Amino acid sequence: MAKRIDVKDLTIFYGAFKAVEEVTMTVEPRSVTAFIGPSGCGKSTLLRTLNRMHEVIPGGRVEGSVHLDDADIYGANVDPVAVRRTVGMVFQRPNPFPTMSIADNVSAGLRLNGLRDKKKLAEKVEASLRKANLWDEVKDRLTKPGAGLSGGQQQRLCIARAIAVEPQVLLMDEPCSALDPISTLAIEDLVGELKSTYTIVIVTHNMQQAARVSDRTAFFNLAATGRPGRLIEMDDTQKMFSNPSQRTTEDYISGRFG
Amino acid sequence: MTATDVTSGSNVAPMGSVVPGAGLSHRSGPRALRNRLAAVVMWAAFAIAMVPLVWILWSVVTKGGAMLVNADWWTHSQRGITNRIVGGGAVHAIEGTLLEAMVTALMAVPVAVMTAIYLVEYGRGRLARVVSFTVDILTGIPSIVAALFIYAVWVTVFGFQRVAFAVCLALMLLMIPVVVRSTEEMLKLVPNELREASYALGVPKWKTIVRVVLPTALSGIITGILLGLARVMGETAPLLILGPYTQDIATNLFGGLVPTLPTMINQDRTEVLQPAVDRVWGAAATLILLILLLNIAGRLIARLGAPKT
Repeated sequence: MAKRIDVKDLTIFYGAFKAVEEVTMTVEPRSVTAFIGPSGCGKSTLLRTLNRMHEVIPGGRVEGSVHLDDADIYGANVDPVAVRRTVGMVFQRPNPFPTMSIADNVSAGLRLNGLRDKKKLAEKVEASLRKANLWDEVKDRLTKPGAGLSGGQQQRLCIARAIAVEPQVLLMDEPCSALDPISTLAIEDLVGELKSTYTIVIVTHNMQQAARVSDRTAFFNLAATGRPGRLIEMDDTQKMFSNPSQRTTEDYISGRFG
Repeated sequence: MTATDVTSGSNVAPMGSVVPGAGLSHRSGPRALRNRLAAVVMWAAFAIAMVPLVWILWSVVTKGGAMLVNADWWTHSQRGITNRIVGGGAVHAIEGTLLEAMVTALMAVPVAVMTAIYLVEYGRGRLARVVSFTVDILTGIPSIVAALFIYAVWVTVFGFQRVAFAVCLALMLLMIPVVVRSTEEMLKLVPNELREASYALGVPKWKTIVRVVLPTALSGIITGILLGLARVMGETAPLLILGPYTQDIATNLFGGLVPTLPTMINQDRTEVLQPAVDRVWGAAATLILLILLLNIAGRLIARLGAPKT
């Protein structure tokens, strides 16, 4: 189910602007990998190239390669839509579809991709909401709009929506930055549970969060504003936070900049 | 020192000399005055804008309202009625107006909505700029020019008779830019995050537009369509040039004359005899009422379609 991600010599452009330069890394399956680094270092940009979401922005393109197990997601005949079905994404701000009920939000990916069987949809909705630790809170109001939930619940709804299409990899772009501490805790617990099934990559500005939830941590930095971001180092989270091999990593983690 | 010393003028008193809280509890005189002045100006502007509106409504309702409460008005045409005879109705003109508006909308709305989708979701570069510019120009076209253009094509070039369908074509030219612009605005209001959420689920772009973007913007789009329709229903120039009046019920879009409310008003507007004058005001009141009902209906549809919280 879960897949390994191999990034090799990846350079990301937006038009003429080089956003991220020559990243090479491996993300292990069934683990949580955290991307940390100061604003503008390209960690979100890199995350979006892992399911080709950066192509939604005009001028977005890459050089280098990204492999999911053995499949090159930038291969000549690869459909970005198919890539996104395999690599799901949760965004910074909870974004449930405002016209849809809670249940319809969860089943949106399945319905919009052609699944009609009502019974199967209902089963999938319940299973996904249970996995997202939201079922007990919403089971009595599945037909109410998703936008009526609290921010933390909305974000878990979005996670349920993302895992309902059964992706292999789950990308999370600062999923807690718009949430209160209690909701954040709920999401972090959820990430811990989900990693038994998925490969998870999480971008975060919160270093304690990276230390709490991730197995591996990648630190990104940029030489100056307007310069491309680079991968400084990537290691086991424990080692990154206790004894990093790069000086800048230590400076960033100990709060000397960023 | 007094509070005015602190708040008026640009010289700020050193903090130490201010009694704690004194600068907070006093309102600045000049600022309060400016605020009051701005409020008065805005209310006056609002009142001035309302005067003609209320005036028109008042004249039309007082002079034409009485016609509307007569059942004959809604069930009879003007067949066999002259300017000396009281009676008859406007059902022929109401039918004609609604029919032409409906046919116009059926032709204009798909074109306009798809143009707006192209401009917002797909349009990049030169072609999009040209389309957008063309829509701007269309918006500014006087209705008489649209009517003459259709006349030139329909009658002069193709040699067809003047028929109600030609009127619809001219009205379509007038309705398209209104609906394109309003739909465009509504589509732009749909947050990009929703599109991205849909893409991230592996939903193709066209399906994202049809199933996520359009439903989210639907109530606004419907409102825009109704505004366009309201404009078209009151339009007169194309009717005068392409679709003259008749007193009979007639609903054939491709042959003969189809009467409408604006042409009914125009028909009798120079009359001095009371029965005809009353009918002019009655037709005007009917037209306003129809547009009002259409707007209310649109709002209801929009409310039903809006997400419930």
